[in-house]
Amino acid sequence: MKAPAFDHVKPRTIAEALQLMQAHGDDARVLAGGQTLLATLNMRLSEPRLLIDIGGLSELRGICLDGNTLHIGALTTHSAIEASALVAEHAPLLAQAAPHIAHRAIRNLGTFGGSVAYADPSAEWPACLLALDGRVVLQGPGGVRRVPASDFFLDLYTTARQDNELLIGCEVPRRQANDVFVFNELARRQGDYAIVGLAMAAQFDHGQLHRPRLALLGVASTPVRARAAEAVLEGRKLDEALTASAVAALRAELSPYGDLCNSPATKRHLAGVLAERALRSLLASHAPLTASA
Amino acid sequence: MSQRPEHTRRIQLHINGRSETHEVEPRQHLVDFLRQDCGLTGSHLGCEHGVCGACTVRLDGKVVRGCLVLAVQADGRRVETVEGLSETGEAKALQDAFVARNALQCGFCTSGMLMAAQELITTQPDATREDVRAWMSGNYCRCTGYQSIVDAVCDVLAQRRTEGAAA
Repeated sequence: MKAPAFDHVKPRTIAEALQLMQAHGDDARVLAGGQTLLATLNMRLSEPRLLIDIGGLSELRGICLDGNTLHIGALTTHSAIEASALVAEHAPLLAQAAPHIAHRAIRNLGTFGGSVAYADPSAEWPACLLALDGRVVLQGPGGVRRVPASDFFLDLYTTARQDNELLIGCEVPRRQANDVFVFNELARRQGDYAIVGLAMAAQFDHGQLHRPRLALLGVASTPVRARAAEAVLEGRKLDEALTASAVAALRAELSPYGDLCNSPATKRHLAGVLAERALRSLLASHAPLTASA
Repeated sequence: MSQRPEHTRRIQLHINGRSETHEVEPRQHLVDFLRQDCGLTGSHLGCEHGVCGACTVRLDGKVVRGCLVLAVQADGRRVETVEGLSETGEAKALQDAFVARNALQCGFCTSGMLMAAQELITTQPDATREDVRAWMSGNYCRCTGYQSIVDAVCDVLAQRRTEGAAA
């Protein structure tokens, strides 16, 4: 289908974008990479009168390291994250997750900030931000504020961003010694929406896991942390028995919603499969040389 | 609102190496613009919501879904289509391999396949068959020609590697 008629305006500054958002309210939508918005316009699921195209705000594009924080500008594309040496070194969870996002042609335009602001519960970046204890940077008429990822994703497509605020970027802590990361998801085909996915971050020292953070996508109306499984893992020596206990705890604590093709029971099972694979991959990559299988 | 949605916008862009100026409606997406206003009908429209890949074109040198970009967003940028890649000969190796492998039946998906595959052979010369399958997964072929399409792309990759090793 063809999109309904709308107008298009391309602000030159963040201040101008904020003024337009304030003036047009719910009649307007912010256009970043457009990989979700334009599909919904073509399908007439959304009929705004105005698109505020922030594609010209080059200050929102790019990745930089500042002390122990990696800043990711809202307009940084999925492909740019996939190819970034800074991300590979300091936030490898994001580098692992990027290739799972849709297809190359979509990754070349879709943006990190757009994905976080849209807050699709099956999307990769919100779960990664949650696992990394990242923060979302919002700019409104009153200035800039930072919201921890754990407080940002409130419900289905619903976030702590106010209508007059623009998501200008995200911040994730720089990788520290002993930090380990695993991202994986299950989909019917490469690039499809994930049935379920897992973003995991932890410190792994002398065979013990500390501050494990297991964030799941595709199981609830927001990305969720598996707190019971994390409690099982905290401070203990990682082995097969602990892996089994953690997987059991994770399956017990989740109440996934079903979708057209996958029942809640399937999703619960698959979430456990991902957790088991993630923990086993840590065991395999950090096994002492003398360890026996 | 003071601005009427029917307003057109003037855009200046490079299409297959030529500088052009057009008036477009904000709601018109890039492939409708290319097909209807520029006569470049090599890029096709299948699903029109970013799933099928038939509309794949290049924007500033990178493949994009032409149905998920507005013509106004292409203002000041470089657009390349299958016509451009054919004129310059950039896609010739792939086109020859598609013919040799019979990698098309109706041909509707072919221009999108060529655009996507061209970026793969340029950016990942060492891609394996699995990599090719993963990369091309964003382009649908409803005649189910996937095996021969993957064969054709792998042929070009192998050919380039042989040429590279010989050079």
